[in-house]
Amino acid sequence: MSTKVMHHRPLNFWERIYVPEVARGLWVTSRHFARNLFIHTAHRLGLLKHLQAAVTIQYPEEVRPYAERLRTRHRLTQREDGSPRCVACMMCETVCPAKCIYIVAEEDPDPNIEKRPKSFDIDLGVCVYCGYCVEVCPEDAIRMDTKIMNIASYSREGMWYNMDRLLHPEKEGDVLLKPKT
Amino acid sequence: MPTLTIDGKTITVEPGTNLIQAAEKLGIAIPYYCYHPGLSIAGNCRICLVKMEKSPKPIIACQTLCQEGMVVDASSPEVGKLRQAVLEFLLINHPLDCPVCDQAGECWLQDYYMEFGLYDPKFNEQKVKKHFKATPIGPTVTLDSERCILCSRCVRFTDEISKTHELGIFDRGDHSEIGIYPGKELRNNYSGNVVDICPVGALTDRDFRFKCRVWYLTSTDSICPGCSNGCNIQIHVNRERPHHAKGERVMRLKPRYNAEVNQWWMCDAGRYGYKFIDKDRILIPERREGSLFKEEEWEKLLGSLASSIAALFERYEQNALGICLSPQLSNEDLFMAKKFFEEQLGLPQITVLSPSPEGDQDDFLIKSDKNPNTRGALALGLSKVSFEEIIQRIQKGKIKGLYLFGQDLLALLGESKAKEIFGKLELIIFQGSNQNATSKLAHVVLPSATYAEKDGTFTNHAGRVQRFWKALEPLGQSLPDGEILRRLASEMGTLLEFETPEAIFEDLAQSIAAFRGLSYASLGQEGKLLPDGGKVVARAVRHEKEDSRE
Repeated sequence: MSTKVMHHRPLNFWERIYVPEVARGLWVTSRHFARNLFIHTAHRLGLLKHLQAAVTIQYPEEVRPYAERLRTRHRLTQREDGSPRCVACMMCETVCPAKCIYIVAEEDPDPNIEKRPKSFDIDLGVCVYCGYCVEVCPEDAIRMDTKIMNIASYSREGMWYNMDRLLHPEKEGDVLLKPKT
Repeated sequence: MPTLTIDGKTITVEPGTNLIQAAEKLGIAIPYYCYHPGLSIAGNCRICLVKMEKSPKPIIACQTLCQEGMVVDASSPEVGKLRQAVLEFLLINHPLDCPVCDQAGECWLQDYYMEFGLYDPKFNEQKVKKHFKATPIGPTVTLDSERCILCSRCVRFTDEISKTHELGIFDRGDHSEIGIYPGKELRNNYSGNVVDICPVGALTDRDFRFKCRVWYLTSTDSICPGCSNGCNIQIHVNRERPHHAKGERVMRLKPRYNAEVNQWWMCDAGRYGYKFIDKDRILIPERREGSLFKEEEWEKLLGSLASSIAALFERYEQNALGICLSPQLSNEDLFMAKKFFEEQLGLPQITVLSPSPEGDQDDFLIKSDKNPNTRGALALGLSKVSFEEIIQRIQKGKIKGLYLFGQDLLALLGESKAKEIFGKLELIIFQGSNQNATSKLAHVVLPSATYAEKDGTFTNHAGRVQRFWKALEPLGQSLPDGEILRRLASEMGTLLEFETPEAIFEDLAQSIAAFRGLSYASLGQEGKLLPDGGKVVARAVRHEKEDSRE
């Protein structure tokens, strides 16, 4: 790899005497302060809504809109009858670089389905959100499109998500933060 | 001796060699499904097509015997095109079941599709529905006839090897499918082999079904301990994903080719006889106090055992400890036992006692002696007295201590007689891998490793010494039998210093005439016959049998 050598521009006379630059910095900061104060006050009064003030997002009351392709918490998709689409082929378990997927297979009573997961656990404390599991799945049975980002727990065990939680992310909807649409 | 040219390389082969075998010798892999070196030639899968000079059409390599002056093209792009077309036909009715198919990962359709696949398929007709989808056709095998490519290997196996004739091909043309004759099921002593020879996922193992994906398995060469035939096997272990089968480590056994012993096959009793490796194991050394077992550290337990044995010798005499060695032990373990009990302690009451009674026998692989190393135990000259004599001496009150190697006396003698004998003993030592009724009554329980957890050799019924390799770490605190004896010996103030099973075998080959000249290096993968042809031992076996008849 070639190295690019960067040279700093030497300070000119105006910058080197220091005080004017300090004054200029104060001016920039004061200008932002005054503008935000004015626009936020106006917003409170219901005015000037088309102008945007300071860009801080007031998390968790406000949530930044997510990109469509963002990889968020996993879910298992379902067949029409509500059973998991997963056939326990172990592709995701095999490809997972963090080895955080644990599947146990069993016989499905329907010979046309044949195989189904007895249990399907993901240890989200270990997951690196690479999305390989979604990419490798031949049945479109696992997706990372729940837009759930705030995964937290007081214990390591709490980071283990079993098949029921993965199949029904909506059950946890009330405690979850979703971006405003 | 015909000389022919394949892909520009010239080779001279034995008459009767076919093109696949000749190419294999040259390192050229011709694909095949229906051809199997152990079965007759069917020539129906057509994937082994090759081109031959002066032949107007392509020929199949499995059916064509080598002739003088043949010039064969086995791997040019045109030949690849032929195979691609054949594969397209084979896959017409094949479902896209790979995600749920146990064969995936070791499937020959997958393998050859990678090489000759038509990745842009043209077929858009309706697939023909077959009758059997995930249908058990016997106690061991599941049939899925949609996946079948009708190579007829399994049919030929039941006709030619097991000679039980359960399977056949039914209906015609596109509707042909493998099936079971009416009123029959695939139930014979060798049924598991059809799963091995099925190149696709049509016949899968019910025991292995959905237990583990094949790419998680690691394979170690070993010897089946199920009977004295000593079939060569591979132990397939799931090391990476213990959650798949509730922590069981050994997933399946597969036969390994040995022309002199089992060729490509193994019996079902051996194939499914691996469960004891992970089930009902003794994990921790224990000593009984009253009616309760107390778990102890190896060192402490062996120390107190050594003093118990010494006390026994002091109170009575050296004859008061009877040793029942097992033909389940390896040559190395038995040699350690010989050194320790016979040479160092000078015990005269040593016998070799099979933990299981004689079973069925057939004229193929299954032998009535259900132990892998009876021949080895006899060659080592370990049976000093018969087991009956030991029992008599216990009843007379001469023997006060008994050292068992895994045998369940309650099953062998009957509960009342065994308990009567145990009542006369002051010290019962049980060294074994698995729990049984006797281990629950013993005073000292020493957990030993199974054959899958150690290196060693077995000597089969024909006197063939065969090597087996360590596939797993010993479960819990268990140790190889030889290692337990080594530690016990050092507690008793004698020395049995061997670093490895190989060193033990080296000493064994030097000091036991029957094994002279053998070493791990010379045994290789196939094993070697005892140098004297096992004649002396054969006489001993006969003698032993006459004894047991009396």
